[in-house]
Amino acid sequence: MNDIIIMIIISLGTLFILLAAVGLLRMPDLYLRISVTTKAATLGVGLILLGLALYYMETSITTRVIAIIVFLLLTAPISAHVIGRASYFVGIPMWKKTKIDDLDGMYNTKTHDLRSGFEREDELKEENHPENEGLH
Amino acid sequence: MNIDEFLTYIILPLLSTSSLLVFIRFLMGPQLPDRVVALDLLITIGISIIAVVSIISHRPSFLDIAMIFALIAFLSTVAFSFYLEKRKKNE
Repeated sequence: MNDIIIMIIISLGTLFILLAAVGLLRMPDLYLRISVTTKAATLGVGLILLGLALYYMETSITTRVIAIIVFLLLTAPISAHVIGRASYFVGIPMWKKTKIDDLDGMYNTKTHDLRSGFEREDELKEENHPENEGLH
Repeated sequence: MNIDEFLTYIILPLLSTSSLLVFIRFLMGPQLPDRVVALDLLITIGISIIAVVSIISHRPSFLDIAMIFALIAFLSTVAFSFYLEKRKKNE
């Protein structure tokens, strides 16, 4: 009975990883590929590690599995954000059918500051002041 | 069906197939960030393969390697994106 539950959980995890791999190959655009790998692969690895913890049923292994899962859940969004931000600055093109790009023209390419589009005029003047350039 | 046979004959081939697909994207990837994302996913699949092999061979100490792999994946992605931005700034 326990073996069947472990088999089902590990099969689900493998299915999610396979879907992530197919998505990475088939998606038309870097940003869509990042979104696929972050969510589906993290869920798949989490399910497989959960099956491993159920198989051994020991405290020392369960704590290690929980540490790995928490670490993956913490770091996967951070690394996706960092690589997406860097590739947006480098100028990787979006898919040609993408309709909305909210960051278009909002980033200062030299200082990497983000504008919201709703600044007052005095704030914009402060940004462009030559004394502030050394701060960034 | 025994759980070891199930893992050996069904799960491991599926995981190998998915890592092969990711490796095709790693070779094809039009630009450097595509390759970095593919490398990240390749290491993540490596963690799950280590977990499955640890069940088959009854050696729970393989989990430590999986933990270090997760750490290295995060560090490599952050380092690659840092140098991507630096390269853009220097040009």
